[in-house]
Parts: sequence; C-alpha cells; structure tokens
Amino acid sequence: MTAPLLTLINLSLTFPGRAAPALSGVDLVVQRGETLCLLGPSGCGKSTLLRLVAGFATPTAGAISWAGQKPEIGFVFQEPNLMPWADVADNVALPLRLAGMGRRAAAPLVEAALARVGLAGQERALPRQLSGGMKMRVSLARALVDEPEVLLLDEPFASLDEITRWELNDALQSLRGGVTILFVTHSVFEAAYLADRVALLRANPGKIHALVTLDKASASGAALRASPEYAKTCATLSEGLRQAMMPT
Amino acid sequence: MIAKLTPPLALAALLLAWEAAVALLKIPPAQLPAPSVIVATLFANAPQLLGAAATTLSEALQALALAGAGGVALALLFSWSPMLERAFLPVAVALQVTPLIAVAPLLLIYLEPRAAVLACAVLVAFFPILSNAAAGLKAADRGLVELFRLKGASPADILFRLRLPSALPSIFTGLRIGAGLALIGAVAAELAAGAAGQGEGLAFRIVEAGYRLKIPMMYAAVVLLCLCGLALYGAFAGLDRILLRRWRDGAED
Repeated sequence: MTAPLLTLINLSLTFPGRAAPALSGVDLVVQRGETLCLLGPSGCGKSTLLRLVAGFATPTAGAISWAGQKPEIGFVFQEPNLMPWADVADNVALPLRLAGMGRRAAAPLVEAALARVGLAGQERALPRQLSGGMKMRVSLARALVDEPEVLLLDEPFASLDEITRWELNDALQSLRGGVTILFVTHSVFEAAYLADRVALLRANPGKIHALVTLDKASASGAALRASPEYAKTCATLSEGLRQAMMPT
Repeated sequence: MIAKLTPPLALAALLLAWEAAVALLKIPPAQLPAPSVIVATLFANAPQLLGAAATTLSEALQALALAGAGGVALALLFSWSPMLERAFLPVAVALQVTPLIAVAPLLLIYLEPRAAVLACAVLVAFFPILSNAAAGLKAADRGLVELFRLKGASPADILFRLRLPSALPSIFTGLRIGAGLALIGAVAAELAAGAAGQGEGLAFRIVEAGYRLKIPMMYAAVVLLCLCGLALYGAFAGLDRILLRRWRDGAED
C-alpha cells in the first residue's frame, strides 16, 4: 500500500491581514488507503491543512497534487452540520441529490450508508430528535454515501462524551479499507487508536514537526485499547506532542 | 398555572380600577368612558365598526403580501449579488427611516386614496421583512455551504436548496413584525386620507367620531384596532409554530 494518492509540496497559507503564516512549508505524502491523523495543539493549522486539501481554501504558496484526477472527497466537520428541516434520509442523500440523483434511486444507498454507521431504520427521524452522537453518525453517513475515495474529518468527535467518542471511533475503524482517511484531532488517544501514521504539527508557524508510523496490532475495539502496543503508542505520541509544543 | 392566569387577571384588575375610578369620580363619558360603556358602544355599532375593521385588516394583509413577496425577492437578489446589496441597501434604509406620516400626504396626491393607503402600509412593512430575510439568507450554516460547494452545487442550488430553507425562520420573524407595521402603516395613511374625508377604515371612523365628539365611539374603534393587531400577531405566531416545527429546537412533540 505504498502508492501515493496525495502529495503536498511546500504548502503555505497566510490569512489576509495576518503577518504570521498559519501554515508554512508543509511537505506530506499521503498513501492510498492509509489513515493519517493530523495531531497537534490548537492553532497549529491542522484544520487549515485539511481545509486546503478539501479545496475550501487556496494556499498562498506550494502545491497540492493528486495522483490522477482530484478524487471524490467526503468531509465531516467538527459539528454535525445537518439541515434541520430535512429528515435523516434527506440529509444523508444530499451529496447524491446534488449530483443529480433522484430520491428513489438514492434510497438504497442512503439505507446502506446508515447501516454502516449503525443507524439502520432511522431514515425518517429529524435531526432535533437525535442525540449528539447520533447526529455525528448521520454526518458520517452523509460523507460516506457517495463512496468517496478520500474521507476528511476535522475533529469530528471533539464535542462528544468519551464513551460516544469510542463508539464512533469503532464505527470509523470498521469503515477502513479502500478509503483514504485524513483525521484531524487533538487527542493522543484517538490518534493512537485510529491512525496508521500520525503527523505531529507544531504552531507559530504551523508546520509538521514529526511523522510517526504506528505499530498496529491487528486487534481493534476494547482489545486494542487494552494492548501494550496501544499504551506504548500513546506514550510515544504524548512525548512527540510535548516536544511539538515546546518553543523553538 | 398561576403564570398562565397572571396576564388576564392583571388586565381584569386594570379594567375594574378604570370602571371604578370613572364611577367614583363621576367622570362623564364624553371625557373618559368606562370600559362597560366602550363595550356597549362596540356592540351597538357592531356592523359599522366591524365593516371598517375588515377594511383596515384587508388593507394591512394586502400590504403584507406585497411587502413579503417584494422583501423576500429583493433579499434573494441581494444574496445573489452582493454588489446590488451595496448599491440598494442604503436606499432601503433611507426609506425606512423617513417618518411615514410625512410621506402619506404626498402619496395621497399621486394615488387614489385606497392605493395610497396600500402603498403606505407596504412601505413600512417592507424593510423588516427585507432585512430579516437578508440576514437569514446570510446566516446559513457555513459548513453546509462548503459541503454544497465540495459536492459541485451551483449557486442556484446553494441559494434555493440551502440558504432559502435556512432563512425561513428569519423570514417568518420579518413577516410577523411586518404584519404589525402594515397595520400601523394602513392606519397612518387612513388618518391622513380620512382628514380629507376619503377613508372607510377604522382610522377614518376615529377621525369622524372625533369631529362629532363621540368619545366612546373613538375608544371602541381603538379597541378594535388593538384586537386586529393582536389577531395578526397571534395568527403569525401560530403559523410559525405549525410550519416551522422542524426548524425549532426543543422538546419532541
């Protein structure tokens, strides 16, 4: 699995009216099918990096180059960002509907996406009837429904309670395989659980401090969380994060 | 339960105090009629007063429909083209801050009295609808706007499938405010028109009764106007609750 899908070359972004760059000279190669976590303190530009990859912002300098055409991208924000007037099925169907698919043709795909995130049978529920964790699952299903090659997640579970967060991490882990995932988080534990590789970012200016390849046990769920490898990874990442937060 | 009963009890207490004061101080009805006299006048002149109320209400509702359609359409146009917004928003603000009562006599010169009343009411109701709709269209969820773009949505898709439904609660707020203002605009224009003896609405009845020093009749007309305002407000609050249930957070039904 060493076919690069995405290459970032010397990527920099300075927001208009700001002197200091938000990101400076980021070089990164993302392999097809891997889960890469962007881990760093607040203000290190990890979300900005993700937004550049999505095309929500344009870099001041540098290049974003995809192997072949820009692939279909699924994006999950920090908030669920659901349309309150639309039921779960219509929210999940959004990418398909915007691509011109009819409601009836979209229905089986929506059903499948909801089943993948553990929300089978919730098609007719309204967003306001759902808990925070369930809303996030809907948001995840919406990102998956059109089978994107790349999934970008911007601290999606940051505002959820710990148990719900674990459940959603499990849901996300079961989706891997085929999909290339870029996951922004400030949680060492989340990165240690999900990632194949972790890019540690530092702030002022935002840049990559270190790239860590994780030694993944094949286990997942509670077994992975209890494994010595997981504990070791958490310790390695914590130390890396501590160093990334030290002034240069 | 007590909280629910407080407003009607307070109103009843106020009316009782008024009734008692008029009786005890022996104030003649020509100066200050007691509530009972006002109600009696209302019933005695019901056909005439209700007809006038219907005229005024229908003027206000027609004005609201025109202002609603125009205000929302203009807000959509502004959302489509920020340049248009920069160009025309100051004009809309200038119209809004001009005291209407000063414009009404002008309108009465150019237009038929009925059309002038309508134009006046449209002018006052227009701005809150426009500004609320424009704010609502702008306030659409940023993440969703980005998601729409990521998925290749056209500007029309973003406007009609995202911004417009997102703005519906704000548009309704604008309509509710606009409904009250349309009534005020209609009354102000009727007063201006009524002075020239051309009106048929409630405000004209007030002016007419004033000329004849029929004070209880004036009060009865004012009470009816107040009821018209409350009815408009209540109708829109109710419509809002029924139509926008999905938009509003809160307990499940």
